[in-house]
Amino acid sequence: MPKVIVVTSGKGGVGKTTTSASFSSGLALRGNKTVVIDFDVGLRNLDLIMGCERRVVYDIINVINGEVTLKQALIKDKHCDNLYVLPASQTRDKDALSLEGVGRIIDELKEGFDCIVCDSPAGIEHGAFSAMYYADEALIVTNPEVSSVRDSDRILGILAAKSKRATEGAEPVKEHLLVTRYDPKRVAAGEMLSVDDIQEILRIPLIGVIPESEAVLQASNSGTPAIHLEKSDVAEAYRDVVARFMGDDVPMRFTTAEKAGFLKRLFGGR
Amino acid sequence: MSLIDNLLDYLRGDTKKTAVVAKERLQIILAHERAGRNASSPDYLPALQEELLAVIAKYIHVERDMIKVQLEKHGEYDVLELNVMLPEDKRGA
Repeated sequence: MPKVIVVTSGKGGVGKTTTSASFSSGLALRGNKTVVIDFDVGLRNLDLIMGCERRVVYDIINVINGEVTLKQALIKDKHCDNLYVLPASQTRDKDALSLEGVGRIIDELKEGFDCIVCDSPAGIEHGAFSAMYYADEALIVTNPEVSSVRDSDRILGILAAKSKRATEGAEPVKEHLLVTRYDPKRVAAGEMLSVDDIQEILRIPLIGVIPESEAVLQASNSGTPAIHLEKSDVAEAYRDVVARFMGDDVPMRFTTAEKAGFLKRLFGGR
Repeated sequence: MSLIDNLLDYLRGDTKKTAVVAKERLQIILAHERAGRNASSPDYLPALQEELLAVIAKYIHVERDMIKVQLEKHGEYDVLELNVMLPEDKRGA
C-alpha cells in the first residue's frame, strides 16, 4: 500500500527541505520506489538541495494544468535509482495548486510508487495545506526553540482537524516528531529545550534527532542530500530515522553530549 | 556569561536555566491555544462577524477591523463577545 508522507513544521528554516531530501533518499536507498514533491510554489528549493536544478523543465503546475504528463515532469535523482523529484513552479501563482489537482497527481503517483514524500512550504497557507491534505503520515520537523515548538503544535492541530483523513473521519494521520539542529551540549548546560521537553509538550512519538552540524551546509552547497555524506552524524541520524520509519527498532543517538577529554576540559573550546 | 555574573546569580539564588523558562512558557501558551482550538471556534463565527458588520455598517461607519467576534470559555459557560470600536468623532453623537 503506497504511503503519502508530508514533511511539515509551520515555521520556516527548521530543516523541512533538508529532511525531505535526505528522508526520501533514505527511503529509496532501502529499496522503496520514492517520489519527493516540492509544494513551495514560487520559492522552489528542493531542486537545489537535491542537485537537479539544471534539469528542471516542467513542474507540478504544468502537470495539474494538463500541459504535460506526470512522466515528463518527473526528474530522476542522480544519487539513487529509485528516487524521482517533482519540482514546484517558480513562476506561477500558488493558487494554481488546486486541492483537486494535487489529488489527481497523488492518485497517479500511487500507481507507480511506494512512498510519496511531500515537502511542505512554511506557514499555514494554501501551499502548506495542499502538502498535508492527502497525508497518511507526517514528519513534524521541530527545532529546540520556543517559536518552532509552538508552530509545530499549531500544525498538529490543523492535521488533526483539516486533513483528508480528519474530514472523512478515517484513521488519523500518523504523526512523527523529528527534532533537528539539536545541540546536546547546550541542552546539558540548560540553554536548550531537551528532546524529552519537546516530546512532553507536543505529545507525539519521536522518530529521530538530527544534531546541529556543519555538514548540512556542506551538503546543500554541493547539492547532495545530507544522508549521502560519509561519516557525518547527520547522515547517520537520517539513516536511523528512515530505519525507524520502516519499522526497525533502532536506539536513539546524538541526544547526549560526548564527554570532553581531560585536556579539552582544561583548555576549553567547543 | 562571565564568572562574576554566574557568582551573582548564584548568590541571588537566581539560577533558573533558560531552557526551563522556555518549557514553562510553552506549556502555558499552548494550553491556552489548545483550549481555544478544541472549543473549536465554530464554523459560523466568520459569517456571523460579516453579518454583524453589515448590520452595524447600516447605522455607523466602522472599519472592518474595528469589530471582533470571539467565543471564549469561562468555566462552564461559553461567552460570545462582540467588540465594536466606534470611530472617534461619532462617539456619543
